[in-house]
Amino acid sequence: MLTYIIRRVLLAIPTLFAISILAFVIMQLPPGDFLTSYAALLSQQGEGIAAEQLELLREAYGLGQPFYVQYWKWMSGIILRGDFGVSMEWKLPVADLIWHRLGWTLFLAATTILIGYVLAIPIGVYSATHQYSWLDNLINAWGFLGLGIPNFTMALAVMWFAYAFFGWDLSGLFSDEFRNAPWSLSKVGDMLFHLWLPILTLAWDEVAVLQRTMRANLLDEIHKPYVTSARAGGLDETTLIWEYPVRVALNPFVSAVGFALPQLISSATLVSIVLSLPMTGPLFLTALQSQDMYLAGAFVLLIGSLTIIGILISDILLAWLDPRIRYSR
Amino acid sequence: MRGGGDFDAVRSPSLFREGRYIGATVSPSPAHGAVGTSGRGPANIVLRTTSEPMFAPRSGEGPHGRSAGGRGVGDAPMSSESVVRQPEVAQQDPAAVPAAAPVGRPEIEDEVEDERLTVASQWQLVWWRFKKHRVAVASGILLGLFYLIALFAELVAPYDPGAISARYRYVQPTQVTFFDPDGEFTFWPGVNPLVSSRDPVTLRITYVPDPDIWYPIQFLVQGSEYKLWGLIPMNVHLFGLGAEAPDQTLFLFGTDRLGRDVFTRVIYGARLSLSIGLVGVTLSFILGIALGGISGYYGGTIDLIVQRVIEFIRSMPQIPLWMALAAAIPPKWPVEYTYFAITLILSLIGWTGLARVVRGRFLSLREEDFVLAARLCGARQPRIIFRHMLPSFSSHIIASLTLAIPGTILGETALSFLALGLREPAISWGVLLQDAQNVQAVALSPWLMLPAVPLIITIMAFNFFGDGLRDAADPYGK
Repeated sequence: MLTYIIRRVLLAIPTLFAISILAFVIMQLPPGDFLTSYAALLSQQGEGIAAEQLELLREAYGLGQPFYVQYWKWMSGIILRGDFGVSMEWKLPVADLIWHRLGWTLFLAATTILIGYVLAIPIGVYSATHQYSWLDNLINAWGFLGLGIPNFTMALAVMWFAYAFFGWDLSGLFSDEFRNAPWSLSKVGDMLFHLWLPILTLAWDEVAVLQRTMRANLLDEIHKPYVTSARAGGLDETTLIWEYPVRVALNPFVSAVGFALPQLISSATLVSIVLSLPMTGPLFLTALQSQDMYLAGAFVLLIGSLTIIGILISDILLAWLDPRIRYSR
Repeated sequence: MRGGGDFDAVRSPSLFREGRYIGATVSPSPAHGAVGTSGRGPANIVLRTTSEPMFAPRSGEGPHGRSAGGRGVGDAPMSSESVVRQPEVAQQDPAAVPAAAPVGRPEIEDEVEDERLTVASQWQLVWWRFKKHRVAVASGILLGLFYLIALFAELVAPYDPGAISARYRYVQPTQVTFFDPDGEFTFWPGVNPLVSSRDPVTLRITYVPDPDIWYPIQFLVQGSEYKLWGLIPMNVHLFGLGAEAPDQTLFLFGTDRLGRDVFTRVIYGARLSLSIGLVGVTLSFILGIALGGISGYYGGTIDLIVQRVIEFIRSMPQIPLWMALAAAIPPKWPVEYTYFAITLILSLIGWTGLARVVRGRFLSLREEDFVLAARLCGARQPRIIFRHMLPSFSSHIIASLTLAIPGTILGETALSFLALGLREPAISWGVLLQDAQNVQAVALSPWLMLPAVPLIITIMAFNFFGDGLRDAADPYGK
């Protein structure tokens, strides 16, 4: 098991390196370098910047030097000092801006995955054991609907519905009076009131995908001879299904986390923009629109890295669950 | 080589598939599972080429296989399992239904059925099977209709998409009524013109239909001038109120902040939104088939590198990546440039799924006997790839392509919605949805969300259509 984990972690390192390169390339894409646009922005705001100061910054970020020098300065700053550069729009270190947003994104993703699994497994088992029953058909139709409706339009529609018919403002994570208030029970309540919509829109998709996977896996299992013989042996149906075929069917299901995670982060970006949640999405979008490239680059780097780490964890979980994977490679 | 007929195995792809097909009709039944799998083996090739109808494996298929096709005479259920599975078999086996004619002379029917299957080309088999999937067929027809509308957008749309009207801003969707001014029911749809008034409290202009005047909706009416496809000058519109109506207030989906007809814009938006799916998937297809094919055919180090790249791209969240790349498109570019840049960005990330399908197919087919046979006969690689391997998985590729289209359409919509993709004056569903971005705007004029409806219908239709194609793509599979 330990060798598997070590090998798997080692394999992730080149991927993380590739992500850093990608983020760096994206930072370089807009025309002109960061400082010329920074100086332009400052003079536009009537502040101006001293030539020496500009030169100092130029030196610090290695601008004008070959790209590998620039990359090295950027990367070593991140790895050694946790310094992601400066956001020129906010005039703050990028690191100050992103961590709590990233925290919220992770929180939302983790909650959605958890809820998705808790719902998808029983639903999938039910629809597989009651194949072609009316409830199974209903579940399938509902799943197709979930897959067909893009999350962001769904978030928009539900938000409108809540606003138009109940007068609820579901945008943001907190109501105005709680936004800067210290944590309290009523603030948590207010957060939950705002949180159900993003979780609903994201989880619907996820449950639809996972439920289909579970159903298909289980359908492959329950027609196997061992199930028939167990049934012939007199085992009661509930024990039979949950003890044997469900456990086998769960294996490919766990590896589906690896695929679900990038998808989820992707949708969460859009949904958080539509609902203006204090997560990575909206800040990432404004960073891109104003070409605040250190901020945008940091987001690409961190979102990518976290996804890779998430997939890594799901792979290790899978290996722990299924010995065949540990020993096969 | 085909004309010589000296070595039948070269032609085996089709024969081979027949063998599998026959086998496959039985495979859902557990008792005959062994027969089903053996259908793939060389025994069946011999069987088909010598056209002996009642050879051992065939008789194994026997009554049970046919009963699944809907006859069920003297068919005792083998086990609860086979009973459960039967409807599925009936649904998926196109050949079994035509054979369900008179009972009692199975041999002759078998031969007729055999004949039909042997003569049928692969595409015929795919088609027979696809037809069974009614939702998929309906989706296909719907999609065809959508593309047709997009093609003739100028003709179908009642107005000019850019026509601004200061008089009718934020008008709610017009109600089509079947009652003329006298309150009499007519069989012809019509609309009442709108009377505007200002709300004394909110100062918002509201529009109320005037029940005393009624304009019938007319078809193929003369309207605003346009050039069909930018070439043919015309002024005929599929429907409208006609030039004689003084108030042109047929706004099926309402109007936006500039008084433009949302329905007209949705019709025009279909052009970019629907075509970007096709163009994007074509680009993905070229990349995917080239890289996936190379990777799968040659294997080894190339395969390893391509696989790493695919894994890497697939493990990245798509939308942030799309956003980052799209943000680098200069905002001053003309619409056509932006369109192609967006398409390129979408397909740069979208090709991986197709490459995986192509590679997987190549890997499995490379080991098949008919490829080996072709190679032994001295066929060159391009011939093996294009003549022997490609036909046997082209249906799969088409299915995967279809399933990749909605992702591309959705990608464009999301990017345009975030103002990172296409921008005005371009019209796409995503651009139209930009107006629906904040709750306040939507709360006052919810019809601005209507462009999402054709989007959702399109995506679901493509999903159903693609699912049906995928099931039909392998007429010999389960």
